[in-house]
Amino acid sequence: MARIVVITSGKGGVGKTTTAAAVGMGLALLGHRTVVVDFDVGLRNLDLIMGCERRVVYDFINVIQGDAKLNQALIRDKRCDKLYILPASQTRDKDALTKDGVGQVLDELKRHHDYVICDSPAGIEHGAMMAMYYADDAIVVTNPEVSSVRDADRMLGILSSKSRRAETDVEPITEYLLLTRYSPERVNRGEMLSIADVQEILSLPMIGVIPESQAVLNASNAGIPVILDQQSDAGRAYQDTVSRYLGGELPMRFIDAKKGFLGRIFGGA
Amino acid sequence: MTASQILPAQAAKQALEIKAATFSLPLIRLLDNALDQLALQVEEKIAQAPDLFLHTPVVIDLSGLPEDQEIGSFPELVGVLRAVGMMPIGLRGGNALQQQAAKAMELAILSETRPRAKPEQRHEEQEPPAAAIEAAAAMPSIEVGSKVIAHPVRSGQKVYTAGGDLTVIGPVNSGAELMADGNIHVYGPLRGRVFAGIKGNEQARIFCQHLHAELIAIAGQYRVSENIPSELKGARVQIFLDQETLKIERF
Repeated sequence: MARIVVITSGKGGVGKTTTAAAVGMGLALLGHRTVVVDFDVGLRNLDLIMGCERRVVYDFINVIQGDAKLNQALIRDKRCDKLYILPASQTRDKDALTKDGVGQVLDELKRHHDYVICDSPAGIEHGAMMAMYYADDAIVVTNPEVSSVRDADRMLGILSSKSRRAETDVEPITEYLLLTRYSPERVNRGEMLSIADVQEILSLPMIGVIPESQAVLNASNAGIPVILDQQSDAGRAYQDTVSRYLGGELPMRFIDAKKGFLGRIFGGA
Repeated sequence: MTASQILPAQAAKQALEIKAATFSLPLIRLLDNALDQLALQVEEKIAQAPDLFLHTPVVIDLSGLPEDQEIGSFPELVGVLRAVGMMPIGLRGGNALQQQAAKAMELAILSETRPRAKPEQRHEEQEPPAAAIEAAAAMPSIEVGSKVIAHPVRSGQKVYTAGGDLTVIGPVNSGAELMADGNIHVYGPLRGRVFAGIKGNEQARIFCQHLHAELIAIAGQYRVSENIPSELKGARVQIFLDQETLKIERF
């Protein structure tokens, strides 16, 4: 049975789209038929991060309104044939996402894919509500700082009360916490919340910790999901995250401060 | 076309169920029969907390009056209470005449908790009002309106327990709100806003394991985080009212 996974956060700029692209690509590389849907109508970015911005003809709203068939709007990824992207419209507004329309499109996507990844817009307005409404699983992305953690907390409250699963009183959405832009050095200096702090406030299992990395910015600029950058910490941390989502048990990597040259020689803590 | 033709599938559906439920209602206990005095004193009470009794169902209790003492007019008494926004829904005690008047106004006649015919009971009825108030204050502790929440209460979520205690097993996060007519217990870090005794119960208390609350309030007396002494931050405390002042005490 296909699963709908929403990537959400409440706060903007924490790495939702980067995560949607990385997790989507990661699942597809492991052989799962995956589609990533951009819900950020009016501010679409997923196509840029995935490097398919020049191939967009029809979009999600065209499909909802019956102007295009789903197959016409889906873009197949050039690097992995198991991966598709459904881009958002840049010219409409979010009200074009109707609950019934979104439901019908997601149902159709579920028939041909194993995972439907919904990339939520920031905020808790209509677009974000539509992105999470039909979800089976949620990956809540947060940065290690207080405002982002509070927004994630708010979003978790919404997931447990406003989703279809909550409204129909079936098994609740499975929630996972993903900590991004984590910098062990800055945690040690007391400039950031630690993993334990974030976990304590949100009381959820952590599915991954993605270190702050220049590789993420480079990947975005190049339109290549960072998970394909096997050399980078961030890319490998996303691979671990995908494995954990699929049930693998892996220790967290890249969560300790890198030792300097002298530290490595003397092996001090 | 009949309704059953339109909705054949729903014809067999159960349309109602009858269940027992217990509600805790304010009791307006008359200690004197002078209606003008009553009107004045009710208005005084309301002035202290204008919203507290607005649209609140109340029960009129005449068992505190000597049996032979007649109140001016029962409909007038109901009128006084309605004028300040209360919704009298029933009568407890009173003589046959008063009960008849209540029935005529479609108020329910509620049974008394104890028979008032026995002389020694009668004696108890006339105990000083202070003792009676104390007895009433002790009653919410056996509330059935209590609620237990066994998951985190997150930012933006509100939980209210009418007529009883609220217990949360788990964190109450910053931006969350807990409200209860009775006590509030939090087994987990308390970072949100808590209002105990929200309908004016000054005996209500707040108990928590780790105090990091943004705001604490009992019966309208409140303190924001800034005014909570820093040595009590993170401590296991109880919070209660002492002479209308909030006290935070380790326990």
